[in-house]
Amino acid sequence: MRLKFIEEKIAKGLMVVASLAVFAFVVNIIYTIFRRGFPALNWEMISQIPAGGYYNGGGGGILNAIIGSLYIVLGSTFLGLLISIPVVFYLNVYLKKDSKLAYVARLAFDVLFGIPSIVYGAFAFTIMIYLGMHTSLGGGILVITLLVIPIFIRSMDEVAQQLPKDLLDSTYALGATKLETIKVVLRQIAPGIATATLLSVGRAIGDAAGVMFTAGFTDSIPTSLGQPAATLPLSVFFQLSSPNADVQDRAYSAALILIFIVLVISILGRLITNHFSKHKI
Amino acid sequence: MKFLYRNPTRASWAEDYSFLNNDLDKSAKEKLEKDKEGLRIKKSYLKVSDLNIYIHKAHILKNVNIEIPDKKITCIIGPSGCGKSTLLKTFNRLIDDTEGIKYEGSILVDDTDIFDKKTEITDIRKKMGLLSQRPCPLPMSIYDNIAFGCKMHGERNRKKLNEIVEEQLKAVGLWEEVKNRLHAPASKLSIGQQQRLCLARGLAVEPEFILADEATSALDPISSKHIEELFVKLKQDYTIILVTHTLRQALRIADHVIFMYLGEVIEAGPADEVFNNPKQELTRKYLEGAFS
Ligand SMILES: Nc1ncnc2c1ncn2[C@@H]1O[C@H](COP(=O)(O)OP(=O)(O)O)[C@@H](O)[C@H]1O
Ligand SMILES: [Mg+2]
Repeated sequence: MRLKFIEEKIAKGLMVVASLAVFAFVVNIIYTIFRRGFPALNWEMISQIPAGGYYNGGGGGILNAIIGSLYIVLGSTFLGLLISIPVVFYLNVYLKKDSKLAYVARLAFDVLFGIPSIVYGAFAFTIMIYLGMHTSLGGGILVITLLVIPIFIRSMDEVAQQLPKDLLDSTYALGATKLETIKVVLRQIAPGIATATLLSVGRAIGDAAGVMFTAGFTDSIPTSLGQPAATLPLSVFFQLSSPNADVQDRAYSAALILIFIVLVISILGRLITNHFSKHKI
Repeated sequence: MKFLYRNPTRASWAEDYSFLNNDLDKSAKEKLEKDKEGLRIKKSYLKVSDLNIYIHKAHILKNVNIEIPDKKITCIIGPSGCGKSTLLKTFNRLIDDTEGIKYEGSILVDDTDIFDKKTEITDIRKKMGLLSQRPCPLPMSIYDNIAFGCKMHGERNRKKLNEIVEEQLKAVGLWEEVKNRLHAPASKLSIGQQQRLCLARGLAVEPEFILADEATSALDPISSKHIEELFVKLKQDYTIILVTHTLRQALRIADHVIFMYLGEVIEAGPADEVFNNPKQELTRKYLEGAFS
């Protein structure tokens, strides 16, 4: 056999092994969660807040954490988009390709991307103390917004950098100002916005360290931004720390619910994007 | 060397109305001017004086002095890299976004110098429809591609927009092909249809000029012929400036020709003069080279 073909075979073999390893890993995690979490899952868990002694095996559910996580995810995603879209638009439409400012900004967002969420939590906590805020839903949304902004910006920016120059030129040629090109730019990068949103939702809903100081934890459902809020990852953490095996199983149920929420949001996200990106050229 | 060259559509409306400038009394003249407006044959004017363009110190356009005749097809020809696209992009100041650009001189469009600080760049661009090399529809439906410009310039009336869309699609011969799928994505059209859509999109903002940079080079021969025929038809109402990659195309449709070489305008004049009787040695060589 010729060397080329041997190379080809080895490379292909390695790819298959790598893919299988990842796949096995994912299946293993999901299987573990299912095996322990599914039997413990019931309607009471989804529809009720913890009753007294829940963490020692008492009745009730984790509706507080489900709602808290949803509030935080929706709030931070909304704020994150609101802040990131103008930044990406500015970087790609207003600044020239070799702009120093754009270079520094991209570098900064890369660094922010890599900072652990506990640091964001600590940072947001100092801001909150400065502003006289207590641990609260508002604080949780604040820190998670900070956490997802770099994800939003970097992943949308990757797509926006591919914007065809001809497309912008064509829009300018119709007499558009830079600002007026935003409608064209948004439609063209719609798939990028969707991917960014999905990545951010995943990070936002799964984060425990950031919300620990800032959103706190409570057994009730927050009714205003000023009240503390429970979150699913922390709920998993507290239940898992229990010596009681039944309570530990409930932690897996909570994880299952978390995965399910991410799945639903992902599918919705894909559907919405397909709708908006059908015009992309 | 002899060229068989004749342009069958030489006489344009503007020429038919040339008697306007002769001795008429003032009121009659004004009345006729108004009729002229009504027929959309307002004179448009583009004059380039002492234009120099530098990009990062490289001298790209050198001392360009030309005048573009009204309601005619002007073809800019010359070997690649000679500055044709740069000149065209200067007309609507798309060149502004280039790194390290510097310009000197003036370009008068109607009565305004487009380099004047007081000139609104969007007004200049609105006057110039642009057709690029590859068709570049906006990421929207066919309908919105055409309505986009009008909406942007303040037209909100649905009925009016519908009329404009229909009128412009008819002007480029696309109406029959797309009237049943106006809300389908423009990207689904064939490439030739896309180019006609882009032309219609430009016409919808009511420009005076049409600028086209090798607008047929990406198209198949039939679509390409279609666009050429459109240009010949549209020159009744618009002043058309084409950068063309094929001499044959210039021979077929040009009324006026500008020959450029290494950033300089070597020769400019009526097409039959330039093609049949070039004054410059360089022009003659270029024409011969392309024909031998
Ligand atoms: N953005 C740019 N930066 C540097 N040089 C450029 C740029 N754009 C064009 N040029 C140079 O300007 C000259 C003219 O280019 P162009 O107008 O595109 O020529 P043509 O359209 O006639 O082929 C070329 O030599 C090209 O290298
Ligand atoms: Mg060119």
